[in-house]
This record gives sequence, structure tokens and C-alpha cells, in this order.
Amino acid sequence: MSKFTKKKSSELPPISTASLPDIVFMLLFFFMVVTVMRDTELKVEQNLPKADQVEKLKKDRSVFIFAGKPSTQYKKNFGDEGRIQIGDKFTDISNIGLALKEAQSKLNPELQNKIVVALKVDDDTNTGLVTDIKEKLRELNMVKIIYITTPGNQLDQ
Amino acid sequence: MARRSAPEVNAGSMADIAFLLLIFFLVTTTMEKDKGIARQLPPIQDSNIIPPKIKKKNLFIVLVNKNDQLLVNERSMELKDLREAAIEFLDNGGATSSSPDYCKYCKGKRSISSSDNPNKAVISVQNDRLTSYNTYIAVQNELVAAYNSLRNRESKRLYGWEYTEIKQEIDAGTYLGDKEATQEKLKVIQQLYPLKLSEAQPKKTGN
Repeated sequence: MSKFTKKKSSELPPISTASLPDIVFMLLFFFMVVTVMRDTELKVEQNLPKADQVEKLKKDRSVFIFAGKPSTQYKKNFGDEGRIQIGDKFTDISNIGLALKEAQSKLNPELQNKIVVALKVDDDTNTGLVTDIKEKLRELNMVKIIYITTPGNQLDQ
Repeated sequence: MARRSAPEVNAGSMADIAFLLLIFFLVTTTMEKDKGIARQLPPIQDSNIIPPKIKKKNLFIVLVNKNDQLLVNERSMELKDLREAAIEFLDNGGATSSSPDYCKYCKGKRSISSSDNPNKAVISVQNDRLTSYNTYIAVQNELVAAYNSLRNRESKRLYGWEYTEIKQEIDAGTYLGDKEATQEKLKVIQQLYPLKLSEAQPKKTGN
């Protein structure tokens, strides 16, 4: 009998799971802090082209222009042609200036002169639309642009 | 009789609740790290300024038509060969050793019919309005890659590190060491192979 009890006591105690909630909470807080809820709802398709010679976007000084075909639920009202979206609404090419000025005023005042326009354009768009945007940007004197891409190389396909 | 203490709340399900929240945030998190090809657009110029004349041999003309086919200096070319062709053109250094444009660091063929000096060499891209954006970016990417590979070669030779790597580190703020001095060095490299990419107005017609 005594043999029995001895054996039992030498067994490894079970791992305590009491600290599990703490660990999970730690992870939880990390993700809660990191999560940014999207501030704009995408209304155009966004399959970005691939490129590997890229630079990082400086988020604090950039405004976004989205372009592409309207996504399925907007197709009925806005057609199949490439469209421009700034903020959460569709914008006409002639109104880009106003929309960009508005976005620019929301940036940190010190960085407003260093504004970078990030172009997020669907890979199925015609270059003509992009050219129109660029022409407009030149007129607005916002000459720093960045074409947002996804990592990869189109030659590998 | 002693008062009965309130029964303790069972904290066993705390982990489950936390897990639920955790999974929610895990799913909704998108780590946004946008990257892309940076460009500076030319400012609007007076139309009465006469553009400087560029010798034909210092021009590398890339035409892209509406079917996404490439025509480079009047020869058709596959996209995969574009990088090599651009490197060859930029690195040619065709000026003779007696001329002021002589390029000491070029390792190209030094053919007389191609560019004199990387400083003079201009790459011009002209798209059709119906060219797909995908191809447009691919062409831009290959041309930037040509510049980057030449810059990497020179920075390796002069300083022993790769231009693109160090530039990335500085941009990310992870570079340890003398930032100012290194940025000067980056500028030196940039001047050896200045990015001269011009974009012509696209043709209005579909052809």
C-alpha cells in the first residue's frame, strides 16, 4: 500500500492553467491596440498590381486615391467603367482637387506641404484614367505620388 | 451562526470569453503596410519654354500599345528582357575617354550608338490610354529595377553595402549608425545613376 502512495506522489503535477486567461488577455490587448478599423469603405475593386522595387509609404503624410471598376453592388448605379474614389465617395475627375484639399487639411499641419498622394489603382484599369489623375495632380501641385502595389513580380506569373 | 459568504464567481469561463474576443480581433486586424513605387511628377511648365534637345542615342524609348506589347527603340521586346536592355543602355558610357562626358565607372559596352553617360541617358515611356495599369506598373517596376541594380553595384564597389538595403533601413528608421553621413553617400550614388524617367503624354487614339 505504501508503495502505491509513494508512486503517486512522485508523479508530475498537472500543469496549472490558471495563467492561461492572463496570456490570452495579453494577446487580446495587443491585437486590440494594433487593430485599426478601416475608415473608408472601398467602393471600387482593388486588385493591386505586383511590383518588387518598392518603397514604404509614409502614412502620416499621405492621402489616398482609389480607382478601379465599381464593385459588384455599385455596378448598377455607376456602370462598368473605371471610377475614382476619394474618402468614401465616388469623385469625378474634375472634383479631385476639392476632395484632395479636404483630405490634405486633415493632415498634420507640419506635413501638409510634404503631402504624398497614394494611388491605389486596380490592375484592370486603363492607364488613361491614371494619366488624367496625374495631370490633375500636376495642376494642383501635388507632385509626389506613390503607386501602391502588392509584393511580388509580374514576371514570375 | 456565521454569515455565509457570497459564493465566488466562477472565473473558469474567463479564458473562453477572452479567446472569443481575441479571435474577433485577430480576424479583423489587417496589418496595413502599404508599399509602392514612388514617383515625382514634373511641375507644369510654360508652353513657350523650348525643351532641351536630347540626342537620339541618349534616349531609350519604351512604347506600350493598347495590347500591352512593348516597342523599345523601334524593336519589339518582351517584358522580361526590358530590365537587361535598360541596364545595357544606362551603363553604356559611350563617350570617349577624352570627352568631358566620359563615364569612369560604367561597365557597359561603350558602344557609340548608345548613351554617352548615365547623366545624359533618358528613358522615355509612352503609353496608350488603353494600356492596362498592370503592364504600366510592370514596365515602371522593371525600369526602376534597372536603376536599382546599377546603384547597388556602385554602392557595393564604393562603400561595401547595397544601396536598396540601406535605403530601406533608413526609411524604416532601423538603420543603426550615422544617418546623415549615409544619406550623403546615398545621394552620391543617386548622382552616379540619376533617375531620368520621362513620361510622354499618352496618345489619345486607341491605336
